[in-house]
Amino acid sequence: MGSIRIKGLGKAYRQYPTHWSRLAEWVLPWGRPRHQLRWVLKDINIQVYPGEALGIVGVNGAGKSTLLKMITGTTQPSTGTIEIEGRVAALLELGMGFHPEFTGRQNVFMAGQLLGLSIEELHQLMPDIESFAEIGEYMDQPVRTYSSGMQMRLAFSVATARRPDILIVDEALSVGDAYFQHKSFGRIRDFRRSGTTLLIVSHDRQAIQTICDRAVLLNHGQLALEGAPEEVMDFFSAMIAEREQNTIRQERLADNRIRTISGTGEASIAGVALLNEEGKPVDVIETGAPITLQVTVDINRDIERLVLGFMIKDRMGQAIYGINTHRINRPLENLRAGEQVVYRYSFNADIGKGNYSVALSLSRLDSHLDKNYEWRDFALVFHVINTRKPDFVGCASLDATLEIKHHQHIAEGVATDALSD
Amino acid sequence: MSTAMLQSLWHYRGFVLGSVQREFQTRYRNSLLGALWTVINPLAMIIVYTVIFSRLMQARLPGVDNDLAYGIYLCAGLLTWGLFAEIIARGQSVFLEHATLLKKLSFPRICLPLVVVLNALLNFGIIFGLFIGFLLVTGNFPGWVVLAMLPVLLIQVLFAVGLGIILGVLNVFFRDVGQMTGIVLQFWFWFTPIIYPPSILPESAAGLLKWNPMVPLVQAYQGIFVKGVWPQWHTLWPMVLISVLLCLLALALFRKRAGEMVDEL
Repeated sequence: MGSIRIKGLGKAYRQYPTHWSRLAEWVLPWGRPRHQLRWVLKDINIQVYPGEALGIVGVNGAGKSTLLKMITGTTQPSTGTIEIEGRVAALLELGMGFHPEFTGRQNVFMAGQLLGLSIEELHQLMPDIESFAEIGEYMDQPVRTYSSGMQMRLAFSVATARRPDILIVDEALSVGDAYFQHKSFGRIRDFRRSGTTLLIVSHDRQAIQTICDRAVLLNHGQLALEGAPEEVMDFFSAMIAEREQNTIRQERLADNRIRTISGTGEASIAGVALLNEEGKPVDVIETGAPITLQVTVDINRDIERLVLGFMIKDRMGQAIYGINTHRINRPLENLRAGEQVVYRYSFNADIGKGNYSVALSLSRLDSHLDKNYEWRDFALVFHVINTRKPDFVGCASLDATLEIKHHQHIAEGVATDALSD
Repeated sequence: MSTAMLQSLWHYRGFVLGSVQREFQTRYRNSLLGALWTVINPLAMIIVYTVIFSRLMQARLPGVDNDLAYGIYLCAGLLTWGLFAEIIARGQSVFLEHATLLKKLSFPRICLPLVVVLNALLNFGIIFGLFIGFLLVTGNFPGWVVLAMLPVLLIQVLFAVGLGIILGVLNVFFRDVGQMTGIVLQFWFWFTPIIYPPSILPESAAGLLKWNPMVPLVQAYQGIFVKGVWPQWHTLWPMVLISVLLCLLALALFRKRAGEMVDEL
């Protein structure tokens, strides 16, 4: 149930020098191939196990969509095989097969049948589809009167009307407004709990890291990396920044996590430490305690502008807090080779108990995508304990205060009696 | 057709029938008279050909003593040719028209030509129903011999479907096919005795007619409706063979190129 086995998969498009050469290849009996193959995917081997959630990441043009198209069956592979067990539903082109002149209900039938549901099933599922889409009486209005959000709602509801064994989700799960996004994400999670195998393509770190068990990175049509979502996403972020000449390296930390370091190296991180009030390095912190993040940066070549950023991430790799010197208007300019800069960020550790890591970036501008001198994940790992404050749940220490007032509750009958007197 | 193909078509019957209905409805959405137009248009055509040609212009068919004979002759040829031309014309563009659907959704692609055929048959059914009604009213209904048109129609549809799918697939790779089809259909129409009786052709041209596969079909219809005679079946056998071969060829071509077709759209 719900497994995908991809072996040696490749896809090449034929390119003919002219239209005539295609004709020649088709009709001339002594024909030799007159086309060239342009490979967009090569030698892809992926196994998705039942119930697993696999994330697929890669830059535009890496071959993600082609891979998905072959899995859903619209495009035929040039080499290799795809074995699929179970019913597949794809949220790739929501609203495909919708016709603007027809009502939502009519379109549900048309689109639903295109997705392989029978009319009887659709009749059965209709109340569900209607209530999930929440478009009210618009259901019986022509789709052309819908807002794009409503159309997406309806399309999503049809596409997920029946729990598939395998669900393929492409990119922006931006289905309508924030409310519906939550709702649709909730449905995907429900599917997953019930055993649906998930295949997600996204650039969104959050999405990949919260949902997926595993991720693969596609680059230039090849499988570049396969591993835990966080490792793959770190490598991917670094890769985006490093399209130029520089290198990416990954180190395995003592606890088996993988640290990704990348950058052009004009500036590099020489040291990083978390200091307590007395200025002593610590790796265990009390919730709410004032601490200082000290970063020492070596300037290796002359650079015109330097921004240091840090980000605290939780155990799952979710960003808890991040800031850089660009955003607080404190970039350094015109630095000379050989200089050393020491930064101290001070803040109260108003975060919940648990394990956290710090990622650092040295760049020219706000984003490390522009010019990345160094990007370092897991630059530091620390633990937060909570012995002084009440034992709260979650990562934000909000220090909620409480006020309780007691009043005498007056029963209705008594009150009217009192009035009539 | 393999059983797998038939099975998938059966599974997607809802989509096929829905598409036919949708296409039919789309044409008359937002018009006041709605579906009435499906009747008015062909009715006007039948009236023009029968009443105006036969009555006003006094056009006569040689050898038939009936005022309306020429009009009936015209309709028998024109309406059936219309079915043929519609299947070919829509068939050659069907894959291009549904490019996005083909690229983005996975469904049995053979559904698309089927929708085209069913739609053409629906249109033909309406207009031909009117024609039959007209014949009944004017007392020119040929009687039981009308049943003979069913096998003829079957051959013609097979022929058109085969040709339509072949052109449809080729058109994806060579867009010239689409342009050519229109021109060829024009010549083909005038090279088939539909507007004129074959007797007016000069010897040399008449000899060429035997190479036109549509001629026996059209003449069968004309015979049924104008003279009330059964078709000469032996003239139709070559056409049966051609149609079946075309359909097999179409299926083979479609199978072989279906994957590449999506890459090309």
